[in-house]
Amino acid sequence: MVKDGAFTTKIPIWRDERVLKAAAQIISSILVFAFIYWAINNFIEITQQRGMPLTYEFLNEAAGFPIKESFIPYESTMSFGRAVLVGVINTLVVSAAGILLATLLGFIVGLMRLSSNWLISRIAFVYIEFHRNIPLLVLLFLWYFGIFTKLPAVNQSIALPDLIYINQRGFYLTWPDLAEGGALFAASLVAGIILAIIAWLVLRHIRQVKGTETYFGRISLAVLFLVPLIGWFVSGGQPLLLDVPVLKGFNYQGGLRLTTEFTALLIGLAMYTSAFIAEVIRAGIQAVQKGQIEAAKAVGLRSSQILTLIIIPQAMRVIIPPLISQYLNLTKNTSLALAIGYQELFAIGKVTINQAGRAVTVFILIMAIYLVISLLTSIILNIYNKRVQFIER
Amino acid sequence: MTVIPQESAPPSPPGGLEWIRKNLFSTWYNSLLTIAGGTLVYFTLINIITWIFKTADWRPITVAPLLYLIGQYPREELWRVGISMLMISFLVGMSWGVWKRYVRSFAIFLGILFTVLAVFPLETPTITLPIRIFVLINPFLIYFGYRIGRTKRVLGRHVATLWLVALLLIPLVILPGFDNSSLLPKVPTTVWGGLMITLLLSVGGIVLSFPFGILLALGRRSSLPMVKLFSIFFIETVRAVPLVTILFMFSVLLALFLPTEARIDRVIRALMGIVFFSAAYTAENVRGGLQAIPPGQVEAAKAVGLKNFHTTVLIVLPQALRLVIPNIVGQFISLFKDTTLVYIVGINDLLGIGNAVLNLNSEFVRLQMEVYLFIAIIFWIFSYFMSYASLQLEKALGVGER
Repeated sequence: MVKDGAFTTKIPIWRDERVLKAAAQIISSILVFAFIYWAINNFIEITQQRGMPLTYEFLNEAAGFPIKESFIPYESTMSFGRAVLVGVINTLVVSAAGILLATLLGFIVGLMRLSSNWLISRIAFVYIEFHRNIPLLVLLFLWYFGIFTKLPAVNQSIALPDLIYINQRGFYLTWPDLAEGGALFAASLVAGIILAIIAWLVLRHIRQVKGTETYFGRISLAVLFLVPLIGWFVSGGQPLLLDVPVLKGFNYQGGLRLTTEFTALLIGLAMYTSAFIAEVIRAGIQAVQKGQIEAAKAVGLRSSQILTLIIIPQAMRVIIPPLISQYLNLTKNTSLALAIGYQELFAIGKVTINQAGRAVTVFILIMAIYLVISLLTSIILNIYNKRVQFIER
Repeated sequence: MTVIPQESAPPSPPGGLEWIRKNLFSTWYNSLLTIAGGTLVYFTLINIITWIFKTADWRPITVAPLLYLIGQYPREELWRVGISMLMISFLVGMSWGVWKRYVRSFAIFLGILFTVLAVFPLETPTITLPIRIFVLINPFLIYFGYRIGRTKRVLGRHVATLWLVALLLIPLVILPGFDNSSLLPKVPTTVWGGLMITLLLSVGGIVLSFPFGILLALGRRSSLPMVKLFSIFFIETVRAVPLVTILFMFSVLLALFLPTEARIDRVIRALMGIVFFSAAYTAENVRGGLQAIPPGQVEAAKAVGLKNFHTTVLIVLPQALRLVIPNIVGQFISLFKDTTLVYIVGINDLLGIGNAVLNLNSEFVRLQMEVYLFIAIIFWIFSYFMSYASLQLEKALGVGER
């Protein structure tokens, strides 16, 4: 007979897994917090020596430095908070424009790379390999210092008359402005888009439920164009005025002005990222099995239907996740603007640090803003990603 | 008897004309595209070639090629850089001999690069014949190392140990030197620069970030909630902010969090920032490898009685790390390119040197295109061949096939 004790011997405390795990957690927490405590202690000591209070009240003080370009009204007499807001908006604008342009370019180059035409495919290959293997900062320098600072002076602008003028000061584009009564047209434009989306969703739902053809694509397309067209005529047929840049004195007035810094950053970012996006798109399209296309042909789908119903939905599943990280990279890379003088969040943050003398507080603010921008972008895109992924049955 | 039908001969491979018809002029719109694309390529090439050989002024590069390689490193101490180079060449050769095709393409690339550099026709007085000969020794040393590495007595762990010794010796002893030494006088990091610092920062960054990355990856998969939380917080925060902000944090703000008497070298601070940044990305790469290990491996290890620690170190990690080598190489390439950002915090890497040269002489001020294009080409050559080598490595490891 075996004594009961042989089986119920207690595991010694230093080998009990639960105890060990708890101990590991406590020790690691103590280590981390001790390190943070040590760093903060040092920090407080130094800040007390130099007299830099850890509050954000200075954000209400006057900034006292000018910002070259701003999408909201800004004067150097306005507050630091306003300056940071200008930086956030500048970052968001250049990121959004960059993402749009990079996606467009990336799609074109990616499709070119897949072309059955050898030459076209090679051109795309060279484009991709050139941009993928050089640092973004060098590319930005090439565009800005190598090309844009060497543009002609104002009175010798490169010009497509009445459309675009390019010189050292920037790019001047003819841009539509709303005329009197143009608000009605703008409203009808927005209404058209919203109605078209509603029509698409409702009619497609009806089709999916009842199985009858509702022509949701054509109808929503018609709505998209007809509503703004009605708005155009109701508002008197002249809702838009073209704002043409005109040379007045030493500079062009009117139109849309893009500074060379902004344009260099935008072009550099977009071209750099588009090379990566092109590869993502190529991989996505190549991931669609040949059998899928053959099967689609066998059941008699037209080639446009094969593209929209078979290839794109399946390629999207592969494309979206890496595309999200490319968009995030682009947004983070806008911080390189500092080196070519476009004042976005990081650049303005640096000036603010110099002006306000509160390095850490400003820095935490800037990191937090980048964190929020990144998180928001990835949350929004991940929701979309969930929708296109396989729903396993 | 059944008659076996004679098979027709397989179609002969398409000839030149056939290939052109099929790949360039298969349909009318393809022909149109070919003609448009061809015209574009023709004029672009003509323009580029005339610019390179006629318009461009390459003096900012030819006047001081050594500056781009080593920055202001004292020329009388040049032999120390040379010795470091020779050590690395020899070790690359030995690695080629031991690990064969995993390293082959990189070793060959390095050999060709040195040969081209040694014989490149440049009439610069600073590039003396001894320097050229010194550079030309490298490819032979690579081959010599290869022959030694191929012998049966040399094992992978020997070469790995030598690498470790060299990677500690070069940046800590040979290049910086000591305060009161006549053989190796002190060379402060303020005069280090050029490609040397770019390579030191990127290699140092990836090597040093490795242990932290592994710990963070294990932490993220840990069953201990506190450890997991710390790891996720670190990884996600670092990945969400740009590298510039982290570099800036380390170069400017670090001093505020340390005791007042602590002073850290400028280059070390930049390196710390790079390691801090890179560790988060290494962690995500390693995590990918860890996830790819089938749970059966862990269960089997437990069944034969291995403890958790041994299961991780002996069973899971070796397999996981093998899987992520190509990803780590990819990460290294992007880190190599990202080191240009240290220019923003005032370190004279390739880009910093380029800017310094532009300000050297009033005739050079407008020659940004030449200088930046030259720097772009250096980066391009390194990144392109490293990604080519990584592709070969991937094939050799058979990662995609399992």
